[in-house]
Amino acid sequence: MTTIITVTSGKGGVGKTTTSASIASGLAMRGFKTAVIDFDVGLRNLDLIMGCERRVVYDFVNVIQGDANLNQALIKDKHSENLYVLPASQTRDKDALTEEGVEKVLKDLEHQGFDYIVCDSPAGIEHGAVMALTFADEAIIVTNPEVSSVRDSDRILGIIQSKSRRAVEGREAVKEHLLVTRYSPKRATEGEMLTYTDIQELLRIPLLGVIPESETVLQASNQGIPAIHQKDTPVANAYQDAIARFLGEEHPLRFVEYEKPGLIKRLFGGK
Amino acid sequence: MSWLSLIFGEKKSTASVAKERLQLIIAHERVGISGRAFLPDLQKDLVEVISKYVKINPDDIKVGLEKQGNYEVIEVNIVLPEIR
Repeated sequence: MTTIITVTSGKGGVGKTTTSASIASGLAMRGFKTAVIDFDVGLRNLDLIMGCERRVVYDFVNVIQGDANLNQALIKDKHSENLYVLPASQTRDKDALTEEGVEKVLKDLEHQGFDYIVCDSPAGIEHGAVMALTFADEAIIVTNPEVSSVRDSDRILGIIQSKSRRAVEGREAVKEHLLVTRYSPKRATEGEMLTYTDIQELLRIPLLGVIPESETVLQASNQGIPAIHQKDTPVANAYQDAIARFLGEEHPLRFVEYEKPGLIKRLFGGK
Repeated sequence: MSWLSLIFGEKKSTASVAKERLQLIIAHERVGISGRAFLPDLQKDLVEVISKYVKINPDDIKVGLEKQGNYEVIEVNIVLPEIR
């Protein structure tokens, strides 16, 4: 059984690619054969985040159009066994992603015994984004604690509920998960930022995890190593927790509480 | 800060303003996208079903969507013909 996970958000710049890279890596680290596909035709970046940009020869559109076969285009990840990257085309336009073409590639991956296929959606609600969510079994909605991101997430949820194959064919609905990213416990505690419970109340979908705002993410992308590999950082641990919850394990939320520094700490230490 | 806010009155946090604004706009857009789309179909189906039992005019059934607090309420109003 192959499970197709779409990582989407509506809004751009909220952390979809970072999340796709870390979720796919985390699943592979757990021993699942995983593929991660970049659906952002024309603006590919997953290859950079995964650190395989210099090994791209063929891409998703080449496979759809029959210029290359799937195995020629899949790039084996350097950091984890069981993980393969399918980059987007940088030169074609997004209409090159036909529904039949995408379906065939996903079916072929299924036949190759992949456990998980992670679809990294482009921003927006147009063709590329719709193609990325059409075949989803589960969806991870990446949301920042910020008004425009929450509104766009609600919009993309509506599209999942109307345009996904599962919805169109009247099958069991796509399982939706909320992942709050760039979260600052301090600002949320002080009433300057929506809390994760506010966001969950607004969007009304189960919470998969909360990823704290951190410099780790930039350091990870600078090096082309997914953030989940940045050992012992809150970001990596929060992604590990999210994967554990995705697989049905129960873990309490971490990195969401803010403790006011005491007088001593304020006087002598810390940032 | 706390004794200051006691004196000068608590200012609403920007996060709670954000939440209230989102509650309104999201509810509004959900109705706009899903609600209006299915209401005419629902009305048509209701007319069909009720016509099986009572002779009515299609205009005698009114279907509306209303917001009451956190809930959306579908209101169906059926006017039966007068019995003579």
